[in-house]
Amino acid sequence: MDTLLPLTVVVPLLGASGISALSPLFAHRRRLLDAVAILIAATVAAMLIIIVLGTAGGERVYWFAGFTPSHGVALGIDFAVDALNGGLAVLAALLVTAAMVFSWRYFERVSTYYHALMLVFLAGMVGFCLTGDIFDLFVWFELMGVAAYALTAYRIEERGPLQGALNFAITNSVGAYFSLSGIALIYGRTGALNMAQIGHAIAGHRPDGLIVVAFVLILSGLLTKGAIVPFHFWLADAHAVAPTPVCVLFSGVMVELGLYGVARVYWSMFGAGLGHRAAVTAALLVLGILTAVVGALFCFRQRHLKRLLAFSTINHAGLFLIGIALLTPLGLTGAAVYVIGHGLVKAALFLCVGIVLHRRGSVNETSLHGRGKQLRLTGVVFSLAALGLADLPPFALYLGAGWIGHSGDTCGMPWITAVIVGTSMLVGAAVLRVAGGVFYGLGDPPAEDPEMGEEASEETSETDEASSRVPLSMIVPPVVLVVLAGVVGLFPHLGAMVQAGALRLRDQGAYNATVLTGAHIASPTASMAAADTGVTLTDVATGAATAAGSLGAGPGVPLLAPPAAPAPGWGARDRAGGADPPLPEWSGQRLRDLDGARSGLPRRGAGAGHPMSRARPPRTA
Amino acid sequence: MSVFPFVVVAWILMVGLYGIITSRHLVHQIVCLIVVQSSTYVLLLAVGYKTGAVAPYFSDIPLNTPAVDPVVQALALTDVVVEAAVTALLVAFAIQAHKRFGTLDPEKLRQFQG
Repeated sequence: MDTLLPLTVVVPLLGASGISALSPLFAHRRRLLDAVAILIAATVAAMLIIIVLGTAGGERVYWFAGFTPSHGVALGIDFAVDALNGGLAVLAALLVTAAMVFSWRYFERVSTYYHALMLVFLAGMVGFCLTGDIFDLFVWFELMGVAAYALTAYRIEERGPLQGALNFAITNSVGAYFSLSGIALIYGRTGALNMAQIGHAIAGHRPDGLIVVAFVLILSGLLTKGAIVPFHFWLADAHAVAPTPVCVLFSGVMVELGLYGVARVYWSMFGAGLGHRAAVTAALLVLGILTAVVGALFCFRQRHLKRLLAFSTINHAGLFLIGIALLTPLGLTGAAVYVIGHGLVKAALFLCVGIVLHRRGSVNETSLHGRGKQLRLTGVVFSLAALGLADLPPFALYLGAGWIGHSGDTCGMPWITAVIVGTSMLVGAAVLRVAGGVFYGLGDPPAEDPEMGEEASEETSETDEASSRVPLSMIVPPVVLVVLAGVVGLFPHLGAMVQAGALRLRDQGAYNATVLTGAHIASPTASMAAADTGVTLTDVATGAATAAGSLGAGPGVPLLAPPAAPAPGWGARDRAGGADPPLPEWSGQRLRDLDGARSGLPRRGAGAGHPMSRARPPRTA
Repeated sequence: MSVFPFVVVAWILMVGLYGIITSRHLVHQIVCLIVVQSSTYVLLLAVGYKTGAVAPYFSDIPLNTPAVDPVVQALALTDVVVEAAVTALLVAFAIQAHKRFGTLDPEKLRQFQG
């Protein structure tokens, strides 16, 4: 039965190599290529769901090549799946599937390596979640990273993607090398690479400076991936330039994987031996709060939709870290539920932005003002997802926020709720401002926007666009994701189930016994009393109040309006009616190029020579 | 064990980081990243080193001969492979930047602020 475990990474890796090897075959069979990739991602998701459903009796462990540990010494490499890391892997596989379905019509032309890279990325994420070996964790981290860098620079013929990918790659690689240094130190001390064995070895001794240094080094790499301040600066650049389906994965799950790594490394390796609980809590809490506040403030100031959502992800990464930093079962439960809800909702938001970009050729909030009115369903989905992001019940996020807040209360930090509500309100306000402005024309369009004059000449093309409906394959994934976020929030046993998973992840003794001796310890040890995960009226009220506050602050308050008039040329559109005014040099980098997602546009023939080359006719300044 | 290798590791790491932060040339920056990674090779090998031990090949020596740790060497080798992938990708980006935009200055590639 546990032979399923390795297949979750083998299948996407084989699929990716198969697609690459057979790329000539797929050259003129685009739909076949898409279907194969979707099928593989969906298969992985199904396998992972089956695996997670079988984790009630403790971790499911698979040793590669049959190198099972003897006498507590692990020579081989294992996958150890519990409810939490398995659930995260399911989220990754689901989002990859949704992104691939969305890509079906999103890309006009797409090369085979896009599909191959997405599948390698999926394998990297799943392997990172499931592995029980710390060096293996580093290797998956880098595999996931390399695929992500390449996907960021998918439109390599442009300036922005190159710069964003370089920034992303260098920052994350340096982080990974810090982690590797920590791993080397911990190996020097314990002689082990298996997380359970390391935990066992550390627990027996008094913690010393070397253990602390190793812990900090390993964490710094993971926090870089988790976009925690001060390691966050790569994220917005990468999000702004990566294709939208890739952004879905970056925001929805990759950033969260870094924070899962923090939880895994702390509880499976250092929890018992490190000590200094108060110091760990304080350090992570400060980082989390700083990240949440910085993310929220920058989010509100953005006019570039993808960057706005990227900063909202930074804000949420901070909130997740707060949940983990409390080191309580309830805090971890809250963070896990928050991650699930956020992943689904944020993916839906990005996909809606992708639809807007595809239909309207811009991701600039200012120039898009009121131009999304015809995209009715997209507008509804975007607004619902935005309300969910602002903790509106029943979307799962309010539960996560509530539980982290409760956990803060019991730890004597009641102000954590204030941090969560305050920053969520600000982020929700920014996203709802976009929803109101773009899809419903609410609020005053910023008058100082130099693009507004151009708006009138483009009205004629709108009718044409309005008649062509949004393709089903583009609107169905965000609808499904938003509905799923609501269903998860309404699921009655959600709290108990996730908390069982959280208790299990924290239970180092049971983890060690299961991994190293193959013992079956079914339930978490009785000493850890489960906290109440009931949904109180306060939770619902807090969530609703946050959303209401966002609604009030978003489209309403002009005082909070961010500086308008971003870089000139932002979202200028040259697609309508053949009007192609002479444009200055920077026009080649305009945002309408950012996704290369302009199907059915007048210029489609211009760059047909190479699958990578987007339609960009030569211009004179 | 001598503390000297660890001082070397810290030195290489710092030099590489300084280079990455101050560099105005992509190829130079990528090489600095390789320098940072080199510190991990030294660290791994230092961790597994034993004074007076031989290489861990037991085909023609008695099995109880002290040998250095082969695991760290396997790790260093894996590390090299990872680095090869990352470096190849980054150099491809640099070549592309030069071909398309005629610049290797990271600042000139920058499109967005904030």
